[in-house]
Amino acid sequence: MYLYEIRGILDAEVIAGKSRMDREVEFAFGADLMSDVLAFVNERTVLLTGLTNPQVVRTAEMMDIAAIIYVRGKRPDAASLELAEENGITIMWTPYTLYTTSGILYNAGLKGIDELGVVK
Amino acid sequence: MSTQDMVKLNYRVYPEDFAKAGDASSNTKKVLKKLGIPSDITRRAAVATYEAEMNIIIHSSGGEIIVNIWTTKIEIIAKDCGPGIPDIDKAMQKGYSTASDHVREMGFGAGMGLPNMKRCSDGFLIDSKGGEGTTVTMIFYIDY
Repeated sequence: MYLYEIRGILDAEVIAGKSRMDREVEFAFGADLMSDVLAFVNERTVLLTGLTNPQVVRTAEMMDIAAIIYVRGKRPDAASLELAEENGITIMWTPYTLYTTSGILYNAGLKGIDELGVVK
Repeated sequence: MSTQDMVKLNYRVYPEDFAKAGDASSNTKKVLKKLGIPSDITRRAAVATYEAEMNIIIHSSGGEIIVNIWTTKIEIIAKDCGPGIPDIDKAMQKGYSTASDHVREMGFGAGMGLPNMKRCSDGFLIDSKGGEGTTVTMIFYIDY
C-alpha cells in the first residue's frame, strides 16, 4: 500500500517527508515501546504510535522505516520533525485511536508482521 | 576500502543524556552506508548499536562505543564503567528489565535490549560483574 493511500483512508495530515508519499509499505506495527519496535519490525513497515519524543524517529531511522503515523491526534515535537526530514522519513498524524487506525489499515489489506513469522 | 584498510569510530556516551541519544548509532549507520556495506547488515548493526547506546545512557554511569570496520566484518564494542549486571542470565531473558518509570515513558525498558542485540549480531559476547563495568562485543560478518 502506498503512503498516499494510507493518508487518504486515515484522514491523516502529513507534516514531514511530504515529497516522498509514493513509497510502498507491506506491514504495519503499533507500539509505544520502541524496544519492541526494534525487536520485531522490518523496513517495509509503517509504524503506528502515540509516543512523540525524538527516540521514535531515531528508532525508525535505524530500521529504515519509511513512515511514522501518530495516532490519537498526537503530533511529535520540533526536534522529531527535523530529524525525520533529515532522514527522509514521512510523518503523518491521524485523529483515530491506535485500535481504530489498525483496523482501518488491516481492512484495507496492510498486513501485521505476525504473518512473516517474526513474532515468536 | 582496500583489503588492508580499517575504519575505526569511537563515541563517548554519557549517562541520562537523552537529548543526544542515538547520535552514535546514527553516525555509525551513516558511515556503514557510505562504505557500501549491504543494507541488511547495516540495519542489523545500527539497531544493535542503538540498543547498546540506549543501555549505556539508561543504566550506566557513562561509557563508550567503539566501532571497527574491516572489509569482512564489523566489530562493535559497547563498554561502560558500571554499575555492572549482577545476573546476566536474567538480563538476557526477553521482558526482564530494571529500567525506571521515566525510561519506560520514553518508550524503552521493555526488556528486549540485550536479547535483540544478540539476535541482530552474528557474534555476541557480554562480560559484566556487579559493581564493575559491562562490555558487550558484537560481530557482524560482511558478505556481499
